[in-house]
Amino acid sequence: MTKLSELAKTIRSKNAGVDKITFDIIFTDRSIYEKVLATQAITAAKISSLYGIAQERIADFVEYAPACAIKFTIYRNAPSGSAGDSDIFGAQQYAPLLDIEVPL
Amino acid sequence: MSLIRIICPNGHLGFAPLKIDSFLRGVEASPDFIAADSGSDDIGPVPLGSDTSTSPEVWQRQDLEAMLLAARRIGVPMIIGSSGDTGTNSRVDRYVAMIQDIAARHGLAPFKLGYFYSEVSKDRVRQAIGSSEPVLGLDGREPLSEKELDATDRIVAMAGVHPFRKLLEEGCDVIIGGRSSDCAIFAAAALHRGATEADAYYLGKVLECASFCAEPYGAKETVLGAIDGAGVTVTAMHPDQRCTIASVAGHAMYERSNPFDEFVAGGRLDMRDCHYTQIDPRTTRVTGQRFEPAKRVRVKLEGSGKVGERFVGLASVRDPYTIANIDAVIAWAKAQVVERFGASGYELHFNVFGKNGVMGDMEPVKTPAHELCIVVQGVAPTVEMAEELCMTGTRQLFYARLPEVKGTAGGVAFVLDEVLKASPAYRWTVNHTLAVDDPLELFPTHTMTVGA
Repeated sequence: MTKLSELAKTIRSKNAGVDKITFDIIFTDRSIYEKVLATQAITAAKISSLYGIAQERIADFVEYAPACAIKFTIYRNAPSGSAGDSDIFGAQQYAPLLDIEVPL
Repeated sequence: MSLIRIICPNGHLGFAPLKIDSFLRGVEASPDFIAADSGSDDIGPVPLGSDTSTSPEVWQRQDLEAMLLAARRIGVPMIIGSSGDTGTNSRVDRYVAMIQDIAARHGLAPFKLGYFYSEVSKDRVRQAIGSSEPVLGLDGREPLSEKELDATDRIVAMAGVHPFRKLLEEGCDVIIGGRSSDCAIFAAAALHRGATEADAYYLGKVLECASFCAEPYGAKETVLGAIDGAGVTVTAMHPDQRCTIASVAGHAMYERSNPFDEFVAGGRLDMRDCHYTQIDPRTTRVTGQRFEPAKRVRVKLEGSGKVGERFVGLASVRDPYTIANIDAVIAWAKAQVVERFGASGYELHFNVFGKNGVMGDMEPVKTPAHELCIVVQGVAPTVEMAEELCMTGTRQLFYARLPEVKGTAGGVAFVLDEVLKASPAYRWTVNHTLAVDDPLELFPTHTMTVGA
C-alpha cells in the first residue's frame, strides 16, 4: 500500500464557479497514473464514501489522460461565500485525498 | 499568418501584485499584446453585491502602471478584463480614471482608450424570465425566478470576445473591460490578428492565470503565449519556471468541472483531443483543440443579493470535557439566541475549527483536536440586531451548562471580549445564462483619447 500523496505530484481543490468545488489529482509519471487507475483505488464511489456525500453530489468524475490526471467535481451545499461558508475559494477540501491507500 | 504573441503578467490583477522581473523579461520578448484578467467570482458575493473591490487600490494601480508604461513604451495594446475584481460599472470607471492619472503623471503621449460596461439592469433580466427563452440556471440551478431576481442587488454579464474585438477594431491602445470570460480577453486579441477560434480560445484558456500553467508553483509570474498557425505555444518567463506538458495540460482543467470543455459567450472550446509536446525546456506546444460555435448566444450572468448585516465573534475551548460536548455547548448558545430573537429572521453560524471548521460535514476525521476555535457569525436585518445576535451566540458559549464540567467559572476562552463588525453578508443569487440576439447588447463600448 502506498499513500496517494507519495504517488501524485499535485493534489488540489478549488472553486469551479460559485456552486461547485473541483479536485485535481495529477501524476507526472504516466506509468504510475495508469497503474493507479488500474487499482480502482479512486472512483466516484470511493470519493462518495471518503467525503460522506451522496454520489449525486459528484457532478463530474473523469480520467484525463493528456494530463495524467484524475479529476472530480462536487456540488456545494451552499454557494461559495455564503455566510457560514468556511472555504470561500474551496482551496482546502483536498486533504482527505492525501492519505488514500493505493495497493501498489 | 504571422506569429501572434501575448504576455500575461497576473492571473487576477490587483489580488496580489505582479512580479516585475519576469514581467520585464516578457516585455523584452516583444509581445504583440499585454493582457490580464482582473476579476473572479472566487472572491465570494460580497464585492459584487456591495459594489466594492476586494483588492487594495494601491495594488491595482501598481499593476496597471507597470502594464501601461510597458505597453506604451513598446507600442502594443494593453487589455484588461473584469476590472477591479467584479467588473461592475464603478470598477470600470475607477480603472479608466487610474489609467488617465498614470498617463498624466508620466506625461505619456496621447493614446486611444476604450472601455465597456457589463452591468445588466434587473428590468432587462425580468423581461426574459417570463419569455419563451427563460434565464437558464447553471450548475444544477433552476431557471431564475422573479423572487430570486428581487433578492438580487447587482448583476453583471460575462462578456465574450465581442466588445474587446470591437474596441480593437476601433484602434484602441488600451482596453478596460467590464466582467469578462477570462479566456476571451486573450482570444479577442488573437482573433483580431487572424488566429483560428480554436487556437485563440485555447491561448486564452492557458494564459488567463499567468504562471499557474508553469512549474514549479509560483504565482504572479509572467508567461508568454503564441500562435504560429500550427498550434499554441506557451513559455514561462521566470528563469526558474517551465511550461511542461504536465503543467500546461494540468492547467486546462484548473477551476473547471471537467478538463474537456470551456464555455464562452458564443461557443465551446473542446479540449478532448488536445496533444501536448515539449518543444524546449520552458515551452510546450498544444494542438488538436477545436471550437464549436453556439447556435444561440447565451451570456452568463452573475448576481449577488444582500442577506443582512454581519458581526463575527471568536471563542476557544481547551477543556477536554467541553471539547467532547461542544455540540451541546453550541446548542445551548443557539437556544439562548432563540429565547431572545425567536427562531427565524436571522442567520447564526458556528464554524468549529479543530473539529470540522474547514470541511464541515465532509470532514472524515471525527476526533476533535485538543483545542478548538469557534467562529460565530450573526447575520440580521440591522446592525444593532446583528451585533446583539452575534454577541449572544458568542457569549452564551461561556455560560453553557454542562452537567459534569469541572471549570464552572467560564466555559470558553475569549481573545476579544467583543464581536467584530464584518462585511454585510451577501449570497450568489444569480448563476444563470441569458439569451441575446446581439452579443454586444449587454456591453456598451466607449472610447476617449488620453494624454496631452
